[in-house]
Amino acid sequence: MSDCALETVGLTKAFGGFTAVRNVALKVRRHAIHALIGPNGAGKTTVFNLLTKVHAPTGGRILYEGADITGENAAAIARRGIVRSFQISATFPHMSVRDNVRVALQRRLGTQYQFWRSVRSLAVLDARAMALLGDVGLADYAEANAADLSYGRKRTLEIATTLALDPPLLLLDEPTQGMALDDVDRIKRLIRRIAQGRTILMVEHNMSVVADLCDTITVLQRGEILAQGSYAEVSADPAVKAAYLGGGHG
Amino acid sequence: MSTTFKIFLALCAAALVVPFVPGLIYPVFVMKVMCYGLFACAFNLLLGFTGLVSFAHAAFLGSAGYVTGALMIRFGAHPLGMPAALAAGVAAAALVGFAIGGLAIRRRGIYFAMITLALSQIVYFLAVQFRWTGGEDGLQGIPRGSLLGLDLSSDTTMYYVTLALFAAGFLFVDRVVHSPFGQILQAVRDNEARATSLGYDTGRFKLIAFVLSAGVAGYAGALKALVFQLVSLNDVSLHTSTEVVLMTLLGGVGTIFGPLVGAALVVGLQNYLATIGDLVTVVIGLIFIVCVSFFRRGFVGEFLHLRRRRAERATRRPALRPEPETAPAAEPA
Repeated sequence: MSDCALETVGLTKAFGGFTAVRNVALKVRRHAIHALIGPNGAGKTTVFNLLTKVHAPTGGRILYEGADITGENAAAIARRGIVRSFQISATFPHMSVRDNVRVALQRRLGTQYQFWRSVRSLAVLDARAMALLGDVGLADYAEANAADLSYGRKRTLEIATTLALDPPLLLLDEPTQGMALDDVDRIKRLIRRIAQGRTILMVEHNMSVVADLCDTITVLQRGEILAQGSYAEVSADPAVKAAYLGGGHG
Repeated sequence: MSTTFKIFLALCAAALVVPFVPGLIYPVFVMKVMCYGLFACAFNLLLGFTGLVSFAHAAFLGSAGYVTGALMIRFGAHPLGMPAALAAGVAAAALVGFAIGGLAIRRRGIYFAMITLALSQIVYFLAVQFRWTGGEDGLQGIPRGSLLGLDLSSDTTMYYVTLALFAAGFLFVDRVVHSPFGQILQAVRDNEARATSLGYDTGRFKLIAFVLSAGVAGYAGALKALVFQLVSLNDVSLHTSTEVVLMTLLGGVGTIFGPLVGAALVVGLQNYLATIGDLVTVVIGLIFIVCVSFFRRGFVGEFLHLRRRRAERATRRPALRPEPETAPAAEPA
């Protein structure tokens, strides 16, 4: 088996006449932090949506740990261990912070279809949920409604919920977008910590985050891969400079 | 013991004495409230706890009523006739729910609602056309049969049996809401895309919720057929489907007791204002307008909200205060 956790071959997505993603060959090494960057409209989020089956690709294949997962549905891909976060915070707003995490933990219990059992049967998960919340610094908010959290904390909760699944491959869609500086630092530390033993693919606009965290960077422009390599290599690439500094309409 | 259960016990205790004070409150009226209350609880399971709007609930209420009624007319004398007919009614409603839900679940929002509406109209059409449903006449003179040797033809016996069956139905809905399955339903309601990304097949959860809701609506319909000994086209009509929306919204969507309060209110107005004829519809319409304009959470929802607000103010934890935005101070104009 290769050292690739995730690989796409000729991944293409056309919406009607518009090709949002064209022939993308992405190789994400196991246990690496891999960033997907590019100007607005370059197709980063579309690639994420293809990987997690929010959209079906119009061409190409997606391989996860060597297995072809192109035909699988969104929930099945999540169950394989590919779990994503969203660009805008994705919590369950009318549930408590603890219950948000517990919903994710619940799947391993295998009782999700049992409508005749008491919800008290989920109390066995509380300790694990609280430990996860403690890990990300949200333990004090366990009983609050997710809707009442600040934006940065909602995103933190989302990461805690994602971690509850213990996914081998994490897809983070702009984890620091819209955050205050303190929050960015906190999330950065959090990502570095959770990257132990995991593969992370992230879309990120904040270059300081990318430079600090990521082993490999893929630059997308107009749906195609423009450059790939370490931060030093990519930032020295003349095509990338051109795309970011001038000429490109993104 | 949870607060919900305590309130429910108190309600049941109050309901127990109803047959002794027929001058104060009419037992048949309470039975009607219980039937519609269950019906609204079933609807609320879908709207309040799964986030799906269905206009097909009369189809479930009615089809169960027809099946139970038709079976009672043929086999009502058998000692097991009543429980068997009741079970068959529930099964029929669940089956219709599976068919309608299975088709509608592929679409969301207004399209979902419209598909349920269209399919429920087919059920109405079938009820008019079939011979065994009695067409325009419906089914009349349905025998109540007996349960565990109790002859149900007496209104008082029927009343207590209805109360017991109602309690079972209500507790069932409460259990579904407060179950591991119910947790996922709420997650699907709150954020379906996120629930999918956590690995849950949300379509399947919605379909199971739809079938459960249809089954409980059918349970209410079968019970209603036995209580009133008749099933009519009104039971499968769009009018009934919209009435249950009204009951649920008035009482408080997504609350456990709201649908009961809403059902009591609507049935009560219809009963006690019957003398003013069609104007009842106008009165209910006005109440509805006031409700959605000024207290959108419904009676129970608004009450719970006020109580929560008061509790929050009393023990406000500083940590929960929204953090100050990092926006710059307002500049002078």
